[in-house]
Amino acid sequence: MTATGSGILPRLVTCSIDGRPVAVPEGSTVLQACRQQGIDTPTLCYLETLTPVNACRVCVVELAGSRVLVPACSRRVEPAMEVHTDTERVRTSRRLVLELLASSVDLALAAPEVRGWMARYGVDPGRFGDPVAPSHSRDRAAAGHHQPAPAHGAQSCAQPVKDDNPSYVRDYSRCILCYKCVEACGSDAQNTFAIAVAGRGFDARISTEFAVPLPDSACVYCGNCIQVCPTGALMFRSEHELRGAGAWAPERQTVTATICPYCGVGCTLELHVQDNQIVTVTSPLDHPVTRGNLCVKGRFGYQFVQSRRHEG
Amino acid sequence: MDLRIGTEDATLGERAAVDALLGPAAAGPDDERLATGGREARDRRQLLLPVLHQLQDQAGWISPGGLAYACRRLTVPPADAYGVASFYALLSTTPRPATVVHVCDDVVCRLQGAEAICRALTDGFGPALGEPAGEVPAPPAACGWVRSPCLGLCEQGSAALVQRSGASGAPAREQIAPVTLEMLLGLLGGGPVARPPARSAVPQAELGGSPAPELRLLRNVGVVDPASLDSWRAHGGTRALRQALALGPRGVIRELRESALLGRGGAAFPTWAKWEAVAQNPAQPHLVVCNGDESEPGTYKDRVLMEQDPFSVLEALTVMGITCGARQGYLYVRGEYPLAEQRLSAAITQSKRRGLLGPRILGADVGFDIELRRGAGAYIAGEETALFRSIEGGRAEPRNKPPYPAESGLFGRPTAVNNVETLVNVLEVLTRGGAAFAQLGTPASTGTRLFCVSGCVERPGLYEFAFGVTLGGVLEAAGGVRGGRRLQAVLLGGVAGSFVGPGVLATPLTFEGVQAVGASLGSGVVLVLDDQVDIRDGLRRIAQFFRDESCGQCVPCRVGTVRQEELLARLAAGTPLGSPADEARRLDDLAQAMRDASICGLGQTAAVAIQSAVRLGLVSLFTDPAS
Repeated sequence: MTATGSGILPRLVTCSIDGRPVAVPEGSTVLQACRQQGIDTPTLCYLETLTPVNACRVCVVELAGSRVLVPACSRRVEPAMEVHTDTERVRTSRRLVLELLASSVDLALAAPEVRGWMARYGVDPGRFGDPVAPSHSRDRAAAGHHQPAPAHGAQSCAQPVKDDNPSYVRDYSRCILCYKCVEACGSDAQNTFAIAVAGRGFDARISTEFAVPLPDSACVYCGNCIQVCPTGALMFRSEHELRGAGAWAPERQTVTATICPYCGVGCTLELHVQDNQIVTVTSPLDHPVTRGNLCVKGRFGYQFVQSRRHEG
Repeated sequence: MDLRIGTEDATLGERAAVDALLGPAAAGPDDERLATGGREARDRRQLLLPVLHQLQDQAGWISPGGLAYACRRLTVPPADAYGVASFYALLSTTPRPATVVHVCDDVVCRLQGAEAICRALTDGFGPALGEPAGEVPAPPAACGWVRSPCLGLCEQGSAALVQRSGASGAPAREQIAPVTLEMLLGLLGGGPVARPPARSAVPQAELGGSPAPELRLLRNVGVVDPASLDSWRAHGGTRALRQALALGPRGVIRELRESALLGRGGAAFPTWAKWEAVAQNPAQPHLVVCNGDESEPGTYKDRVLMEQDPFSVLEALTVMGITCGARQGYLYVRGEYPLAEQRLSAAITQSKRRGLLGPRILGADVGFDIELRRGAGAYIAGEETALFRSIEGGRAEPRNKPPYPAESGLFGRPTAVNNVETLVNVLEVLTRGGAAFAQLGTPASTGTRLFCVSGCVERPGLYEFAFGVTLGGVLEAAGGVRGGRRLQAVLLGGVAGSFVGPGVLATPLTFEGVQAVGASLGSGVVLVLDDQVDIRDGLRRIAQFFRDESCGQCVPCRVGTVRQEELLARLAAGTPLGSPADEARRLDDLAQAMRDASICGLGQTAAVAIQSAVRLGLVSLFTDPAS
C-alpha cells in the first residue's frame, strides 16, 4: 500500500470493478484501480508524468448511472462506484477509437501493445475506405467551412515530414493529437511553450506560431516531446536516418544507464547503443530527478563520446 | 516566464489597436524579444480574445507582427496565442480582403436557395476564400466571401454577415437579412449595403388574434425601446430586481424551486439547484455567466431577446449575481450578433450610470458588475466549460465533467451559468411568484417556452407558448405548411435534436412529451420541411456542420464527424463502400462511439439527427431501388 511521506496511510475507497470489490487509496483514478486489479486498460494520451487530458478516449469504461462512458485515466474513484470494463459499449467505443485513429494516422511505429489492443477489439483499419492523397495544406487549414468530404476514400492526416533542424524530425502523419508533447513542452515539464494545438476539428494540429520552422520558434531542443510521443511522430534524427537507410535494428541495441556529465544535477541518462554507436538518449520516467526529462545537452550532446579522432 | 517572441514588427495601426484596449505600453528597453509585463500582464491573459478581435478588425487578419505584439503585451507564448487565433472562424491567420461576406448556407438558408446563391457567387464573383482557384493564389482583392454556418437570422430570410477591417468607418460586423444575390454581388463589388427593413421577429405580437396570446418572455419585444432605460423601466423594468433584493438570495432560490424552472439551454437542469450550489460554495469569489453564444442552427431566440430587450437580460444576470453571491458577471455574446452586442453594451453603460450596476445596486448594500465578451465564431463555445476557456483567453475546448462549474468553473471559481432564455424566465418567476409561475404548463415543464419556427411555414418567427402546446398547435399558429403543401418532417431542437414525422403533431412540446417520442426540445428549433425538401441534402449539411465545429480534442468526435460526413457524401453520390448493410453498421458504430465516448455534448449529439432521419425512413441507406 502506498504510504504518504508522513507515514499516514491514505483513506481507502471501495468501488466495484467488473463485479469485484476493489479498495484503492482515496484520490486514485479508475485507471489506477484497474491496473491494481491487473485489468489491461488501453491508453494512448495518458502518461504518469503528465496531467491527463483524456482526449484519446481509448480508456473509457462504463459507470453504472452514467449516461455516457467515462475516461478511466482521469475519473477519480468514488465510494460505491460500479465500473465495468468489458461491456459491449466499452468494446465498441474502444474499437471505434482505434479504427478511427488507424484510418487517419500511421500507427506503424506505435508501441507494440497498441497492436495487441487492435487485435483484442477486432479493429479493421480499412473499413472507412482507402486513404485519400496526402495533404500539403494542413498547416494552413482555417477554422470553419471546409471542402466537402469526398465520396470515395478516407481523409487522413498524411502529410510531408517536417525536417527543419539538426536534432529531430516531426512526422505529423503519425500524430494522434494526444497533447503529450504540448504538455511536456509546456507547464508539465519544460515551460518553453514552443508548440501548441492550432486549428480546429480534424484540421487541429501541433504547431509553432504560424507553423514557422523549429529554429525560428521558441524550441530549446530538450527533446522531452520525443520522449513522450507514443507513435513515433517525433523522432531523433539519428533514428530517422537509420530507419531511412533500413538500418534501424532495435534487436541489436543495448541500453546503458549513466549519469549526464554536463552539470551538477546528475540526471540519469539511458544511452541506446546500436553497433557501438549511441543512437538515442532517454531518461527513466520514474527517475525522481528527471521524471524522464532532460535538456539539450543530455539529450543530444553525446557526439564527443564517440569521437574517433586520435589525439597526438 | 521566459518567452521567445518573434521579431516581426507590428504595424503602427496594429499597435494602436492593441494599445486601445490594454492602454499604452510601459516605457522600457525596446527589446522586441522581451516581454516585461510580469505577473500583472499574465493575469490579463483573459484579454487575449478581445485583443485578437482588435487586431482582426484593424488589419483583416492576425499577422505575425500583430500577434507578436499582443503576446509581448500579455506575456503569452506565441504558439499558444496562434493556437487560439486559429481556433475561431471569425479570426483569420492568413491575409484576407478588407471586406469578407459570410454567406449562410446552413439547414434553414438552404431551403431558401442558399446553394444556388453560392453557386451564382462563384460564377459571378469568384470562388469562396480558401477554395481552390488553381494553385496560384488570386491577387488580394478588396472583397471576398466565405460560406458560413447558421447566422441565427432564420426568421428574416437568407442571411449574411459582413466583416470589415480597417478604418473605413463602416461597422466591423453587420448582419443582413433577407439578402439577395444582387445585394451580395453589389457588396462584393465594393458598393454600400442597402439594409433591408427588418421584419418583426415575433408574429404573435403583430397578429394579435383572439384571444390575444399572452406573451411573457417576449412581452417587451417591439414595445420597449431597446436603447432606452427609461422606456424599459416604464414597462416594468427593475421590478424583478427589487423583488430579488427584498427576498434575499435564499428567498430567490426558494421561489425558483417552487417555480420548477428548468434550464432552456438543452440539458433541462433545475435552475434553483445550480444557483444554490454556487451560493452555498464556501470558496470565493463566485462568478456568474450569461451564455449568449447561441449558435445552434435554426435558433435565434436569444438574439431576439438580447437585441430587443437588453435591459431585461442585464437585470436577470444581476439577479443571478446577487443570488449566487457573485460581484462579477460575464455576458458572452455570439460574435455573429453585432446588433445584440451593441445594444447590450449600450445598456450596460446606461445601467452603470443609473446605479443598476456598480457598487450599490438600486442603493442597496450589494454590488455587481457585468463584463461583455464577444465570441469569435465557434459553435462549441456555447458548451459551458468551453465558454469558460474562451473567456479565459483560450481555445474553446470543453473539458470532462466532473468537476461541475458550481465547483470549479470560470477561472476555477464556483460559477453559475445559464443561457439567455432561462435567465429571462427568472424575471417572470420573481414578478409572478414561483408558485404562480409553476401553474402554467405541466408539472414537469413549467412556464412558457420560445420556439424558433423556420423553414417551409407561412409565418416563420419566434413564438412563445405555455408548455403543453402541441407541435401541430405551433405549426397552426405559424400559418401551417407554406403553400398548403404536405408536411414531410420537422427538425425539432436543432441539428443536435431529431427529425420527427407528421405522426407526432399531437405530441405536447414539453420536456417529458418529446422525450416520450424519442426527441428533445433542444434550443426550441421547429424547422418545418415540406414534401419537396431533399432530406439527404440537409443531412449532409448537418454532417458538415459537426465536422466544421468539432473542437478536435477527442478522437470519437474529431475523426468520427469526418467519417460520418464521408458516409453521407457516399450516400449523396450513390456509391456505397461495401454493401448497404456495411454502411448501416458503420453509421451505427460511429453514432454509438460518438455518443458514448465523446467529451462533450457536441460529439454526443453529432449523429442524433442523422440517425433519427434514417429511423423515420426519411432517407434509406443505399437501398433505393433507383441506386
